[in-house]
This record gives sequence, C-alpha cells and structure tokens, in this order.
Amino acid sequence: MVDFGGWDMPVQYSGIIDEHHAVRRAVGLFDVSHMGEIEIRGREAFPLVDFVTTNAVARLKPGQIQYAGLLYGHGGFVDDILVHKVAEDHYFLCVNAANQEKDYQHILAANRWAAEVEFASERYAQLAIQGPMALATLQKLTSTGLAGIRNYNFVDGEVAGTPARIARTGYTGEDGFEIYFTPEEAPRIWEEAIGAGREFGIKPCGLGARNTLRLEAKMALYGHEIDAETPPLEADLGWIVKLDKGEFLGRERLAAQQREGVRRKLMGFEMRGRGIARDGYEVWIDGAPAGWVTSGGPSPTLNQNIGLCYLPAGLADVGRPIQVSIRGQLVEAVTVPTPFYKRAK
Amino acid sequence: MSTYPEEFRYTKDHEWVRLEGDIATVGITDHAQQELGEIVYIDPPKVGARVEQGRMFCSVESVKAANDVFSPVSGEVVEANEPLAKEPEKLNQDPHGAAWLAKIKVSAPEEIGRLMTAAEYFSYIGAET
Repeated sequence: MVDFGGWDMPVQYSGIIDEHHAVRRAVGLFDVSHMGEIEIRGREAFPLVDFVTTNAVARLKPGQIQYAGLLYGHGGFVDDILVHKVAEDHYFLCVNAANQEKDYQHILAANRWAAEVEFASERYAQLAIQGPMALATLQKLTSTGLAGIRNYNFVDGEVAGTPARIARTGYTGEDGFEIYFTPEEAPRIWEEAIGAGREFGIKPCGLGARNTLRLEAKMALYGHEIDAETPPLEADLGWIVKLDKGEFLGRERLAAQQREGVRRKLMGFEMRGRGIARDGYEVWIDGAPAGWVTSGGPSPTLNQNIGLCYLPAGLADVGRPIQVSIRGQLVEAVTVPTPFYKRAK
Repeated sequence: MSTYPEEFRYTKDHEWVRLEGDIATVGITDHAQQELGEIVYIDPPKVGARVEQGRMFCSVESVKAANDVFSPVSGEVVEANEPLAKEPEKLNQDPHGAAWLAKIKVSAPEEIGRLMTAAEYFSYIGAET
C-alpha cells in the first residue's frame, strides 16, 4: 500500500502487467474513491462553471460530460477535470484527489455569481470498471440500460440496489464506466462487481496499472504532463480550449499563445536503445539537452519502453531521433505518433 | 514465509551478500523483489568498476520505477550476472540464488560485520511493514 494524498491505496494486486492485460483483454476494477467531487448548483451555476473551465459548457446537455481544464489566470493548470451536467442548474465535477482542496478554493474565489459550491468528496465513493467486458460485467448489477449510455454521457440509475451515477468514462483507453455512489456501500458493491466479472476474468487493479494504461492512451496526469506552469496548448490539449466561447479564466493568456505560438510541445517517444525512460529524465537532441520526460515506462500492450516528453516546439516532430539521459548515459529513442494505443471501435 | 539464508548478511536497503574467500556475491532480497513487483529491467554493474559500501552500483527496474541498488561491500566488480539482464523476471523468482547481481572482490572484509544477520533482517522487515 502507498500513501496517496492521505489515502492508503494499493499500487498492485496480482501485478501491474497482469492487471494491465486484464483491462485491455477483459475487464478490470479500480477503486478510485480518492478522486474528489465538487457540485455546483443554482440558477447561476452555468456562468460560474463556464468561467472556471476551458471547454464550452454551453454545449453540454443534461447527461453529458466534458473533459476540461481548470486554469489560473496565467494559463497554467489548477487541475484537469470532468464536468458532468446533471441539470440546467446543477453541475458535478470530478477532480484529482491531490488537487481537490485547491480546486474548491479556486472555484469559490471565482464565484462572483450566486452559485452554490459544495465540496462533496465525502459523499461519494467511485469505482471504475474498465475493459471490453466492462459493460457485460456492470450490466449484471443494474437495471439501467448501459448500452444506451454513449461515451462521455452518464445516467443517474442504480447499481446493486444503490442509487449511482453511471458515467461512460475512464482513464485507461478502453471502454468502461465510472460509477459514483455513497461510500457506505462501497465494500459491498466492490465485492458484487468482482463476483459479476468473475466469468469474464475480472481483476482488481491498482494505481500501477492505472498509470501504464493511461500512458498508452496518452491521457495526461497532473504533476507530470500538466501542472501550474503548463498551459493546455503545450500539453496537446488545445481541443479542450474553446477560445471563442467568451470570457474564462486563462483565456487572454491562451489567446496570446495561440497567436504567438507555444515554446514547447508534448511528444510521444519509443526507446530504441536498452533502457527505460522515467519521469524527469533529460531528453537530448543533437548533443544538447532539449527537454525532459514527463512520464515513461514499459508498455505492456506494445512490449516497448515508451514515454512522453516536452521538446522545443521547433523540434517537436514525429520520427525525430532523440536521446534520453538514463543514469548519465544517453540512450537512443525516437519520437512517434500518439496515442501509443487506440482501441479498435 | 520466505527463507533468508543464515550464511548471508543483509543491508537496511534490502541487499544481501555472501562472502566466500575475498569474493562477495551480492543481490537483492526476496522482500525487495516482492516490494518492487514485476522486475522488467536490470542495468548490471560494469566489470572492473570500483564500488563502495552503501553507494549505488546498479539499477533494477519494476514496471513502476527505477530503483538504485546499493553495494553491501566495498571492492571491485569481478563478474556481473549478464544473462540476468535478458531475463529480469528471474529476479522475482530466485532472488537469493540464480538471480544474484554481481561478484565483488572485497577490499574491506570487516565491513560485513556491520550488516544484519538473517534473524536481524527478518525482524527488521517485520518492523518496517
């Protein structure tokens, strides 16, 4: 068990590689109750949510979900979040565990409307059921028709007799669901999900596999690809920024960046030489330090050592030979297209 | 329960050493490999390299992270377990046997006396977990 922002969490159960393959080939179950929840309500919930996030909240219909940045005025990330529109006057935000207090204070400080902002993390446990057999597994536990829930949509239904918010989202690059419900029921629903998935070969999965899975799918991890100093355009997250939606925190800085161009860009790479790139290692190009690794490790699906790194914008193209400094030695690598893994539809 | 050989000595950083004459065979403990999980990469020490007790001399990587291995003794690396680099998973299977990491010609045999016995190490990892 490791301490993760005050939560005791398993890095692995049966082994990271085993759990990783279970999610890609069958189904895996993650306890992600450490994730935070913030609820915003009231007639003026919309202007507040729209002002603090980068994506176009006006385009959301009830039951839809958006990935978005929560930015400082200077354009760096406070956090990356999921915005669920429950109703015209009710939004449910899923935020990173380590950032939840900071996010809450940030949103409160921005609330010049009459919106109610609730720190709701204590009211929710969250389980992620991920993999090609996730739907079949979860469907055994609910009368809510899961096939009718489209990607990045959710339904308020029930799981194993307990009211649950069932969202078709995930952090693995596979199909799957994230369910939110009262923490008292978490041990029971965990056991029931394991039982329901047994016939499909379900595996309980820890933080280790969550990280290898999200890296293959090139999903950002706060503190690695994004942080307070990194604007979305550098992190290849321009698609979550809607500059034309009107005023929002960070907009001026991002608009300036779009005009002037970014300094650096996030790129994927594969190791060619022997060695594994890890977070923080230097990346060299043509005999000089050029950037750094944000996340790196073995990819169980590709059976390759992969990573993400920041490179100067002018050198950030696919197919470029780079070197990663591993314990003082420069090891050959090459930039590649991302995501590293994309599931067949 | 895993067994910790009586004839080994152990470090607080979870390395083991077995001295025969002036040659020390070194590796990481069963407890260490369990904590690390699946070992996917080993960066073996260089033959001829001078190592010092308590200083990093090679690296063992799990899926999750790179981990420094500290030499339990001072001396010169006379042999590295090169075949192990091609089968890093052996380190999970036989850490006290076939998956030794290096043989070191010791320059200060008295250093071994500062390390833990099997019984001491066993209670040390019991207290740590």
